[in-house]
Amino acid sequence: MVEEEGIRRYIAHAILWIGIAIVAFPVYIAIVASTQDNALIANGQMSLLPGGHFFEVYYQTIFVGTSGSTREPVGNMMLNSLVMALAIAIGKIAISIISAYAIVYFRFPFRMPIFWIIFITLMLPVEVRIYPTYKIVADLHMLDSYAGLSLPLIASATATLLFRQFFMTVPDELLEASRIDGAGPLRFFWDTLLPLSRTNMAALFVILFILGWNQYLWPLLITTRDDMQTIQVGIRKMITTTDALTEWPIVMATAVLAMLPPVFVVVAMQKLFVRGLVETEK
Amino acid sequence: MQKQAIFRSKLLPYALVAPQLAIVLIFFYWPALQAVIQSFLLQDAFGLSTSFVWFDNYVELLRDRAYFEAIVRTFFFSFAIAVSSLSFALLLAVMADKPLRGSTLYRTLLIWPYAVAPPVVGVLWIFMLHPSLGVLSRYLRGLGIDWNPLLDGNQAAALIILAAAWKQISYNFLFFLAGLQSIPKSVIEAAAIDGARPMRRFWTVIFPLLSPTIFFLLVVNIVYAFFDTFGIIDTMTRGGPGTSTVTLVYKVYSDGLLGGNLGSSAAQSVILMIMVIVLTGIQFRFVERKVTY
Repeated sequence: MVEEEGIRRYIAHAILWIGIAIVAFPVYIAIVASTQDNALIANGQMSLLPGGHFFEVYYQTIFVGTSGSTREPVGNMMLNSLVMALAIAIGKIAISIISAYAIVYFRFPFRMPIFWIIFITLMLPVEVRIYPTYKIVADLHMLDSYAGLSLPLIASATATLLFRQFFMTVPDELLEASRIDGAGPLRFFWDTLLPLSRTNMAALFVILFILGWNQYLWPLLITTRDDMQTIQVGIRKMITTTDALTEWPIVMATAVLAMLPPVFVVVAMQKLFVRGLVETEK
Repeated sequence: MQKQAIFRSKLLPYALVAPQLAIVLIFFYWPALQAVIQSFLLQDAFGLSTSFVWFDNYVELLRDRAYFEAIVRTFFFSFAIAVSSLSFALLLAVMADKPLRGSTLYRTLLIWPYAVAPPVVGVLWIFMLHPSLGVLSRYLRGLGIDWNPLLDGNQAAALIILAAAWKQISYNFLFFLAGLQSIPKSVIEAAAIDGARPMRRFWTVIFPLLSPTIFFLLVVNIVYAFFDTFGIIDTMTRGGPGTSTVTLVYKVYSDGLLGGNLGSSAAQSVILMIMVIVLTGIQFRFVERKVTY
């Protein structure tokens, strides 16, 4: 490698730390604000150091909820978000891996048209079909339900493509060997292909979990009951109170809690996540 | 490319694709088709009668000044977000690509904002830059800037761009880092032996080799700015003040929510769909060249 002179190296370190500071500053402010007294914040006199209300603010946020707008404790919202994120991630992986299996390992009429039908959904994000989809979910009586929250988002062209691409690289000998052992298509899938796909599934899970956890527009439309609300929707309702003063420490505590699961997943599974990201390109 | 070893079964493959196909047809194609049909219909104010009006909704839309402004605004936001976030991420990636002590730590500390949800990003930034209680607003006022994004449309737009670009830094950083690491070191060394100084090496050797990544990220960032900024806008400004932060997606949402004009909202959806198809097409061409199935 080209050698780095001392001074340049220091500049590089400095720029990186400035970058990290910019990236972390809003979150630092959120954590600090979540430990302070609301009156102080409302006066515009928030201090840049943590206050002494950490336990009482987080207790109220998780178990009690705000006194004004939503009244739903954040604990419950997090549970809703968790169910939705898991349903989306696991559902997408499950239906994608079996359809990729069918497309790669079988020859059947309409194989390619079916592949294209799935592929084209890449171009139909929920934002562009929002009202008609809402109407269908309403007609199916799935408003305010976990099924309504997750099913319309569960198809995944990218996951199907990824598994298809991976199956293509699996050597043919494996199938022949398991056929000699007398295994049928389902047995081969379960005993051979699934274990081989474990790392792909894990990388995909990380990305899809974050995608599900961070959904906003869709749950905003289809949940009307407070107890079905996800945390992303709840947090907006907290800051748009018209009748009462916004309880900023609780809002900021909610923001911190809403960030925890996806950020934890990214940091803990960094290697898998990075590989998954670069492989799927999204 | 086709597999040589395959299974023979008549019904099983259909059973395997059935779940995905069912969801795709019920929740993707049927609503998309409904949007297209709806966009050719005109409903009276009480929803009692509908008539087929051909392209009237589209013509109406293209004549509408507010829609035209939303298009221009969306593209302006997209480019501003993409350019600011890409240039900052590239700077950080170039630094992190150097053989420095602690580079893994730097990476970890820089990539997590990827995981933060847009509405949370919105809440964080509106809190910091809120006119009366924001920590940063105090300093802006100290600098003599009359800061109030809740009243000033340009400031609101700047705030949206800032927050949206902030969130996108980590994603761009990752791809730039991957791109930089795939450039053979020998190419850079050769340039160094030829006497090229670091800045010159960057602009004449590294930057051109990185251009496919830059192009790809530009498209991804534009798609992001089109759709994912919805959560940021909705929490920070709700499209206001006036209509100064209403983007195309926000307009579909707000026009439809107010319930006034379903035909127009559907026509807007269809136009958006066409834009996504073009952007996805471009993106896929790039992926296809890089990844082979």
